[in-house]
Amino acid sequence: MESQIVLLIFLMMVVTYVPRAAPLLFLTRFNLPKGVIMWLKYIPVAVLSALLYPSILLPGGEFDVSLGNEFLVAALPTLVVMWYTKSLFWAVMVGVLAVSLLRGM
Amino acid sequence: MSSWMLWDRIDISSIRQGMKAATPAVMGYIPIAIAFGILASQVGFGVVEAAAMSVFVFAGSAQFIAVGMIGAGNSVGAIVVTTFLVNLRHLLLSAALSPHLQGLSKKKLAWFGFQMTDETFALHNSMFRKGVPAVLESFSLNTTAQASWVLGTIVGVLAGGVVSDMNGLGMDYALPAMFIALVFMQVHNNTYFIVGIIGGISAMILQVAGMGTLSIIAATVLAASMGVVLEQWKAR
Repeated sequence: MESQIVLLIFLMMVVTYVPRAAPLLFLTRFNLPKGVIMWLKYIPVAVLSALLYPSILLPGGEFDVSLGNEFLVAALPTLVVMWYTKSLFWAVMVGVLAVSLLRGM
Repeated sequence: MSSWMLWDRIDISSIRQGMKAATPAVMGYIPIAIAFGILASQVGFGVVEAAAMSVFVFAGSAQFIAVGMIGAGNSVGAIVVTTFLVNLRHLLLSAALSPHLQGLSKKKLAWFGFQMTDETFALHNSMFRKGVPAVLESFSLNTTAQASWVLGTIVGVLAGGVVSDMNGLGMDYALPAMFIALVFMQVHNNTYFIVGIIGGISAMILQVAGMGTLSIIAATVLAASMGVVLEQWKAR
């Protein structure tokens, strides 16, 4: 393996592991203020949305809400399948299939 | 018994139950891991490099972003900072599970944290609501989920040698589709829904304004703070 890649994987491991393990190891020692807990509660939906919206509405860095935006159009069947199946697998499969069909048209 | 051993007794039925409980995560991981493997192979990763990243980092979106950034010629430092920002959300997941894992030894906690992802967190969260499972069952669940992630990665890299037109297959949509599903899972009431919209729109505005990777964290901080304001306003 190239040393750059070894270094990259090692550093990615460290910065990923610390936030994952630190609260488990230390949080039992003291209680967080109520406001902080309330704020932390909204982090997952906030960060995942911050990742999601640009990925489907800013493909290639430009705002695109036209029917020519396959990622936006495919979001509809993906969401419908997720709604009914609650399955990550089927949501991802249908989304990928929808994009490949839209590109084939 | 050596002090390296995490278990002094291996209970096969707990291992089996954990593997069964991992099914939803495994089903979600496989297509995404294959897509990751294909992408990784396209920026020059071999099986060993891609599998190593899935073993040691085990973070879906960060791994996608990392190989994407490698493809775009970014530095190691920029990729590591982005990874940190993208994975900072695990602080909350870890904090939320900690009350349920209080009896565990430091070694077990350290291992549990290593395999904490959005998916394994979501499965444990619902499991803990029904009662605390055998500790070994939890570790079996996590390890099964990660094994599928690593295997899918390897399959993807091998497929990457055959598949030349990944975009024609729509594989570049695997990650956005997973985000749709994960956002869906995180919306527990109207406030969460509004927080998501605020986070998404402000991320786009900041990105268009040229804020780059920091736009994600800035949008997240803003949106979560708005969530607190909304919740307190609703309570009045």
